[in-house]
Amino acid sequence: MAPLLELRAVACVRGGRTLFTGLDCAVAAGQLLRVQGANGAGKTSLLRMLCGLLPPAQGRILWRGESIADLAEDFGRELVYLGHAAALKDDLNATENLLIACQLGGLAVAPAAARAALQHAGLSGRDRVPARQLSQGQRRRVALARLALAAAAPLWVLDEPFNALDTAAAAWLGGLVTQQLGRGGVVVLTSHQPLALDGLAGQVELLL
Amino acid sequence: MSASPAADAAPARAGVLDAMRCLFVRDLRLALRRRTDTLSALVFFILVASLFPLGVGPELALLRSMAPGVVWVAALLASMLSLGRMFADDHQDGTLEQMLLAACPLPLLVLAKIAAHWLCSGLLLALASPLLALQFDLGAADAGVLLLALLLGTPVLSLVGAVGAALTVGVRGAAVLVPLLVLPLCIPVLIFGAAAVEASRSGMGVAGHFSLLAAFLLLSLVGAPWATAAALRIAVE
Repeated sequence: MAPLLELRAVACVRGGRTLFTGLDCAVAAGQLLRVQGANGAGKTSLLRMLCGLLPPAQGRILWRGESIADLAEDFGRELVYLGHAAALKDDLNATENLLIACQLGGLAVAPAAARAALQHAGLSGRDRVPARQLSQGQRRRVALARLALAAAAPLWVLDEPFNALDTAAAAWLGGLVTQQLGRGGVVVLTSHQPLALDGLAGQVELLL
Repeated sequence: MSASPAADAAPARAGVLDAMRCLFVRDLRLALRRRTDTLSALVFFILVASLFPLGVGPELALLRSMAPGVVWVAALLASMLSLGRMFADDHQDGTLEQMLLAACPLPLLVLAKIAAHWLCSGLLLALASPLLALQFDLGAADAGVLLLALLLGTPVLSLVGAVGAALTVGVRGAAVLVPLLVLPLCIPVLIFGAAAVEASRSGMGVAGHFSLLAAFLLLSLVGAPWATAAALRIAVE
């Protein structure tokens, strides 16, 4: 099977320092790519490269055989990226934040569906509270609730998604990731903790 | 908490216009929830322009002749106040990255943001200008010309300002840098905006000035969103 996501001799230079060079990797449909490495090894930089936020210093990143730099907005429709920041507006409530994130990603989501997704994320009763009043873990859950609505996006890129989550939420997120892989999607994530997905078949590990 | 997603049926695809409207409404909603930020620029505008009659004295001929320039300069300074935050907040909370990865071309999203910014700054300044015209003893016709000139000119300030704001995203001291970058670029708008009112005062035609202001508006409307988008991509790298 042709790989969905492919890295060809990718190199990363940040602030004059070479973080990695000649990185090759191929991820097929239904596979999880786990990026591991010490602090400062370039995990986040690699993830930002995979999204197209950061152009690689060398090499190419291909999605379905095409360079992601050429795909532009079409790639945005296929991708969900959740970075370190939860990307929430403090003055808006959880539902509003989730709806906006989905709309920007190219999904027209009904408010009822967004509230249901927040309920699944364990935020029942908190969906009308301004995001500034949510705890760190709850903010994370709002951001992750987008994944429950993002079945149509085949590529998920998650930067430390298990941070600040309690065990129940970690299990919920593990379930979402497993579902996405079952649908034939690709999930790329970084994580320091050994996670619920350890037993999963079809993992690709990338050590930076 | 269950693992099954809330909506298994794939939601409809949101079009380009949906994304633009959603960002536009979001920014307006944010401005409404943080009314002090929005209103402080307006109060600043009225205050600065009101200081001149107090400082210069009540000589009507002098006030009338300096009115267009003073109001325009005050509008220029007031519109700088909110520019620094235009993309800085989005950069800080991570929503800027999501905009860059959106399924909608970035220049169009930027345009939606600029439109919302103008509604909450430039438009308010323009609407307040007849009040200031009274302080400077401008006639009704001249006040009307001032209002129209500001309506044509302030969108240019928001558009050009967006480029400056995008260039300084994530830079320390952006609040000071933005005016330094943007104010020189706004000089043509200042000249022709103030000249339109001056022409109306001395009974000459204002059509030429308005045409030039409209030309600046069209030019910046075409160029600024793309320049802003390019600057944002560089800033986020």
